[in-house]
Amino acid sequence: MTQAGVDAVGSAPAPILEVRDLKVHFPVTKGAVLRRTIGHVKAVDGVSISIAKGEVLGLVGESGCGKTTVARAILKLIEPSAGRILFDSQDLWAMDKAKEKGWRRRVQAIFQDPYSSLNPRMSVRDIVGEPYIIHESRLDRVDIDKRVRRLLEMCGLPGRMAERYPHEMSGGQRQRVGIARALALNPDLIVCDEAVSALDVSIQAQVINLLQDLKDELDLTYLFIGHDLSVVKHLCDRVAVMYLGKIVEAGDSKVLFDEPLHPYTVALLEAIPIPDPDTEAARPHRVLAGEIPSPLNPPRGCVFHTRCPAAVPQCRVDVPRLEEARPEHWVACPVMAPGRADQQEPRLSAPPPAQTSLAGTSAGLIGR
Amino acid sequence: MADLAVHTPLDPDDDYRRPSHAQLWRRQMVRDKKALVGSIVLGALVLCAVFAYWIVPYDPNAMDFDMIVEPSWAHPLGTDDLGRDLLSRLIYGAQVSLFVGFSTVLISLVAGVALGVAAGFYGGWVDAIIMRYIDLQWAFPNFIIAVYLVAVFGTGLSNVIIAISLAFVDDFARIARGMVLTIREEQYVAAARTLGASNNRIMWRHILPNAMAPLIVQATVSVSYAILAEAGLSFLGLGVQASTPTWGLILAESRSFISRAWWLGVFPGFFIMITVLSINFLGDAMRDVLDVKEVKEPD
Repeated sequence: MTQAGVDAVGSAPAPILEVRDLKVHFPVTKGAVLRRTIGHVKAVDGVSISIAKGEVLGLVGESGCGKTTVARAILKLIEPSAGRILFDSQDLWAMDKAKEKGWRRRVQAIFQDPYSSLNPRMSVRDIVGEPYIIHESRLDRVDIDKRVRRLLEMCGLPGRMAERYPHEMSGGQRQRVGIARALALNPDLIVCDEAVSALDVSIQAQVINLLQDLKDELDLTYLFIGHDLSVVKHLCDRVAVMYLGKIVEAGDSKVLFDEPLHPYTVALLEAIPIPDPDTEAARPHRVLAGEIPSPLNPPRGCVFHTRCPAAVPQCRVDVPRLEEARPEHWVACPVMAPGRADQQEPRLSAPPPAQTSLAGTSAGLIGR
Repeated sequence: MADLAVHTPLDPDDDYRRPSHAQLWRRQMVRDKKALVGSIVLGALVLCAVFAYWIVPYDPNAMDFDMIVEPSWAHPLGTDDLGRDLLSRLIYGAQVSLFVGFSTVLISLVAGVALGVAAGFYGGWVDAIIMRYIDLQWAFPNFIIAVYLVAVFGTGLSNVIIAISLAFVDDFARIARGMVLTIREEQYVAAARTLGASNNRIMWRHILPNAMAPLIVQATVSVSYAILAEAGLSFLGLGVQASTPTWGLILAESRSFISRAWWLGVFPGFFIMITVLSINFLGDAMRDVLDVKEVKEPD
């Protein structure tokens, strides 16, 4: 499908999106008049990812692990506490107004909830046509209407649905409207934030196939955020697994799903039910103990050690770094993936810029 | 985007058609008898006010020696202490009362929504300044504020309108701000930002239309309160000039004759009551019709 994971260093194209050591901490305050900060929710705590053009990167993890916060930072909806986000080598927070408007055209989003991502007071024509009103003021009503109908048809909706309001459509139809809106400006990167999670399974399949067809036709790049691993496996070239604001494992989708190394990834994959009742009943179920800890007060050392079946005493002390356990496969677990001998030395510099891979958190904090 | 495959439509036979606004109103009237009654009564009152000049049986200010006569064929609602025909005065009074009611609500709606949306949308010190002022106003009953403002500006129709409008601003600002705080977290607002929409566009196209339902309800209630406030101000002698027939003033003047002439108090009170009631009925209906999420099938 794409070149992901097989690129030799140097031959790969520069990543379209690069996130370097992103941190998003929300202050928690107390007191109404004399407000003081009593702590920070570390929603995202040192995430580095990069996406090459034409590739689909999956970001998975359970609810509350910070994957949506990563998406919001990439869409410039919230400001990161530290770290940089580079789109086509341009820092998102160093753009002037005109540049930002140009960048907005190139990055679009498909949101999770098809019921709240469309303005209930706008017709489908106005919703899908809004990008043109904002960015292409030269287009008149007739042109916009033509384009809107075309987009709807591309997304598998009859053009006359442009007359409708969101509440007059089904969930799947609404999500198609959301996709049409995201495609309107012919973007390069689409952030799909749990884009199919709210849909029925049968509709999910249709929408996923649509996303895949559109990607091939329009040469798109996706950042696909989800918690349904079978969907992610089907769609993504590379996958990053998040737990409590950190990436614990990342790599080529096939490798990661076939031979997961991090205990959390193993547990996630084991939680996928097998669609055969007998096999499902017969296989061993190892359920992770406990709850996901509060990001307000994450555990010391490895954030996963409180629930980890493979934890050793050292896990309470050392914060594991993402290490390249095998080519194109990074794991932040010194127990299950001790790392190769040549990797034991701490890497203090950023990985080579041309690398299309998930850079380790060892890249260090790069201030904005 | 030249040669794109066109995917098959989901359901080509789907011939759903959205009911028009006129149809929705008709359905509402059939389903909701209160709305029907309210619109008929209010419509009749508005027509009376507009065509007052042609329909009054007497000049509302013409005095006569038939003072304080009971309702009769000559004077359907009786006459007052100066022999003026009460029905004619009440019909002319509808002009003032309805004008004050609707114009004050329009002014305070616009001002209050502007303040509330700005406070909710921008937050921070903008919010702090606006809301502390609103809190200050909230601490006093609206009517007391109106009385105070009339005392400052002086009496007269336009001053009464300004005073009542200002007194009602806080209600709208508060509701608008609350709605904005909820709506600005909606995904469609995030989607609009992702498209690069400006703050103005997000406020007026995305947030405000979705905040209108409770504001409309508040507006209809406020029309009633504004009519009552005008009546109250006139009753206290802080309203319009004494000879102008307004419902509140007629009611105020009637108290001297309450033991002798029941009709002088009952009829203006009745007019105020049916106006307020029918506006409230219509407000409920309007909220149902304007709520896109609540489109129901006909019974």
